Amino acid sequence: MLELKSVGKSVGGETHIRDVSLELTRGSLNVLLGPTLSGKTSLMRLMAGLDAPTSGTIVMDGKDVTGVPVRQRNVAMVYQQFINYPALTVYENIASPLRIQKRPKAEIDEKVRKAAALMKLTDFLDRTPLNLSGGQQQRTALARALVKDAELVLLDEPLANLDYKLREELREELPKLFAETGAIFVYATTEPHEALLLGGRTATLSEGRITQFGETAEVYREPRDIVTARTFSDPPLNILPVEKRDEEFHGREGLRFRASDGQRSLPDGSYKIGIRPHHLSFGTSEASDGLAHLDAVIAISEVTGSQSFIHADRGENRIVALVHGVRRVEPGDRIQLSFDPANCLVFGEDGQTAAAATRPLAA
Amino acid sequence: MARIRLDHIRHAYTPELARAGNFALNNIDTAFEDGGAYALLGPSGCGKTTLLNIISGLLTPSEGHVYFDRTDVTLLTPEARNIAQVFQFPVIYDTMTVAENLAFPLKNRKVEAREIERRVADMLKRIGLADKAGRKARGLTADEKQKISLGRGLVRSDVNAILFDEPLTVIDPHMKWQLRSELKQLHREFEMTMVYVTHDQTEALTFADKVVVMYDGEVVQIGTPEELFERPQHTFVGYFIGSPGMNVLPCRIEGGEAIVAGERVALPGHSGERRSEKTELGIRPEFVGVVERGQPGAMPVTIEKVEDIGSERIVRARLGGERVTAIVREGASVPGDAAVTFDPNALNLYENSRLVARSGGAA
Amino acid sequence: MEKTWNNKAWFFVTPVLVLVAISAVIPLMTVVNYAFQDTFGNNAFFWAGTSWFEEVLTSERFHSALVRNLIFSGIILAIEVPLGILVALAMPRKGFWVPVCLVLMALPLLIPWNVVGTIWQVFARTDIGLLGATVSGLGIDYNYVQNPLDAWITVVVMDVWHWTSLVVLLCYAGLVSIPDAYYQAAKIDGASRWAVFRYIQLPKMGRVLLIAVLLRFMDSFMIYTEPFVVTGGGPGNSTTFLSIDLVKLAIGQFNLGEAAAMSLIYFLIILTLSYVFYTVMTNVGVEKPQKGGDA
Repeated sequence: MLELKSVGKSVGGETHIRDVSLELTRGSLNVLLGPTLSGKTSLMRLMAGLDAPTSGTIVMDGKDVTGVPVRQRNVAMVYQQFINYPALTVYENIASPLRIQKRPKAEIDEKVRKAAALMKLTDFLDRTPLNLSGGQQQRTALARALVKDAELVLLDEPLANLDYKLREELREELPKLFAETGAIFVYATTEPHEALLLGGRTATLSEGRITQFGETAEVYREPRDIVTARTFSDPPLNILPVEKRDEEFHGREGLRFRASDGQRSLPDGSYKIGIRPHHLSFGTSEASDGLAHLDAVIAISEVTGSQSFIHADRGENRIVALVHGVRRVEPGDRIQLSFDPANCLVFGEDGQTAAAATRPLAA
Repeated sequence: MARIRLDHIRHAYTPELARAGNFALNNIDTAFEDGGAYALLGPSGCGKTTLLNIISGLLTPSEGHVYFDRTDVTLLTPEARNIAQVFQFPVIYDTMTVAENLAFPLKNRKVEAREIERRVADMLKRIGLADKAGRKARGLTADEKQKISLGRGLVRSDVNAILFDEPLTVIDPHMKWQLRSELKQLHREFEMTMVYVTHDQTEALTFADKVVVMYDGEVVQIGTPEELFERPQHTFVGYFIGSPGMNVLPCRIEGGEAIVAGERVALPGHSGERRSEKTELGIRPEFVGVVERGQPGAMPVTIEKVEDIGSERIVRARLGGERVTAIVREGASVPGDAAVTFDPNALNLYENSRLVARSGGAA
Repeated sequence: MEKTWNNKAWFFVTPVLVLVAISAVIPLMTVVNYAFQDTFGNNAFFWAGTSWFEEVLTSERFHSALVRNLIFSGIILAIEVPLGILVALAMPRKGFWVPVCLVLMALPLLIPWNVVGTIWQVFARTDIGLLGATVSGLGIDYNYVQNPLDAWITVVVMDVWHWTSLVVLLCYAGLVSIPDAYYQAAKIDGASRWAVFRYIQLPKMGRVLLIAVLLRFMDSFMIYTEPFVVTGGGPGNSTTFLSIDLVKLAIGQFNLGEAAAMSLIYFLIILTLSYVFYTVMTNVGVEKPQKGGDA
């Protein structure tokens, strides 16, 4: 188990990581989710021992490893850039950590071939990395991390430079491969979608702070505060200011809707509601009572084939809806978007979640 | 502004490659209408960037001609073609301010000083950088820099086309959304011919009116996002567009029915025998229903994995020996003893990877 | 970036420290020692205070040598830096000729200083030297042994021949690191050749140019071997630079105290000027990278 206890890191007066406490268990897949410069890489460097924290301690399996350099620890790391030894063949690249560990030849050969097979590199073992495609190069780097039998494997946006489709395939494979080795996996990404696909546990990062850490789906569905909800939403979360009076919420531009069961007990006052784009529907004529309605003017619509993104303006606010089917709408059209209040996230003035979405989750 | 016509373009990077018949582009013959938004979509190495560079004039094709309206521009320099291009990594002039960056292409073309000032001020407002006009461009964020590159193209109101080479690669997911919709808005305002190269289907489909899907140096389909989604002309398009891609299942045809992994799937409106080496049935995961076993027409499957991606869940199952992927909406249940149904209106039939028949309409 | 503590580091650093101590610190301290003392031989030294420094600083001879040095470095920088940039720009970026050019450029750098001096001494002689004889043959009155201007020209040309390639190689390294997209964007923006140089190549070469200027300044300010071999500091004192004067003083006249004081002053001048160059150029040419705003 890897424990970070109130770890902080500042460089030249600039704080990169502030007060991070995390417990990562063996065999777990942990996602660090946050935008660029939110501290993902800094945090990974601390975990690996590439940097020493300025405050706090790092404990690995009960042993304090704060400040123990990376060479003396069993850590593997894969970066966004494809980093391989350019002069070595793919085989030798994968074998390199084992050669350093001075393992017997037969064992090296067996492990390399197994990892190569998993990463679909068997046909390329004799080539050098520069003669491979980007995907193959990154798979070589991943295979090298895999054979190392490290207790901590750090993957820093490993798929970011790969083609969309390739990413899809590798993303499906990676959790499986890594689950088998029993190491602690940490995977940094900027994309909420990727975190969801990987599953496991997710820590959301914002400005060097961990805002929430838990089961990925749980962090997504029940964010503790508005920062987490925002970090974990792609397309961006729609946020609207509202006033609660009695059993109703009142917003700008004539927005008015009844609080759902879970929201009714909230005290009156100012709140912010967060609506995920896919919870906004469009043109639902079935005038079911429960739904709330938003009037908006279409700014732009984008079709992805099976779905449409509708960007619409409400006064100063731009909201995004992700609706099923192809909707051809013209900019300037007035439309009504509907949502179920039960699907809203409600945040207090302090940004903390006041009421999470109450929709029961399907089994 | 101009209509861009590509007349039987073939390109090989060296004469030796050409003699070996090894072309990066093979017989591209298509046209981009004036004022349209086009995307060139394909995996890396498919030739999309080569094609873009041929349009911009950075490359001269080995064979064929490029026309802007009726003018043959095949041998003209990029400057003479009067086009703008936005690159993968933001290209800015470090030592100039934001405003000077925008003025640069106009100054080079000896536009009158007052006119430059007017246009630059207007463009600064449109790309939302008015408050940073006097800042050195060097210190800006990646998305701001990319906006400057874009602004430098748009500021010349008379450009024939604006070309984008994976312009959002270095941009954070949250900013991607904003930039993409701004790009689309600018396209509507300026009505310029825009060609956008990307490997990311979401970017391509949301940006473009028409998407050109490329594979291995050839155009496999040109169509609107809906067409690509509903009627992929080639199994590659089915696989490449959509996330996850289309299920492509080997089958046999017998009397208006397809036999997939021993199960019979009715093909409405399709009669007669088909005989070819490779017959496949294509159906998008969006049209695969997951139901309890025992329902009429439902084919029993074993579920391997269910991925919760927030707005929906991806069910990965096995139908006989074939892998079938289904998408179910948030909240819908996935039974333990599951079976799948295929929406009869969303079946595509492929022979040797080419679409030959489609249920509910002509191929 | 902070590094984790590791005692093994001493193992690697200690030999270097010992070497530097022997080769630099101890001789330097000896010089400092001499600078504040006087001797009449027999190893009997007595304290001289700052009198040697006062003598050096007020001496006409030191002043004129310093002025010569400054003019020489000025000329060298004014010629070698622009010339180096021009040659680097003219060099091919890819293809067969790249290694050929690089090797040609590196050739002068491979030749030892004194050999360069000797080559030019012979090359420029009016009686047997190819260059000297040709120039004289053309009817130009050229003689570096008698004419101070000719002596200067010879020394400058020699230094340019010897060291411009260093500037070329540094600039070339800066140039090839500029991504193609910049040139393509400039083409599309309709930028002239000059504009491409002014707004893309020059800013991107900033860092290497800084290094080139610093290296060339320090080296040219310390020039010794070439004029020593070719002109011996003459005719008269016209090419007597600080270093040559220093050697004359120390070894020729065996005036160790004054020479020690002079070398310390010389050292401080180089240090100060280099620092000034560095500060000015980092502020003008290379801006501090800013952290990318709102992420």
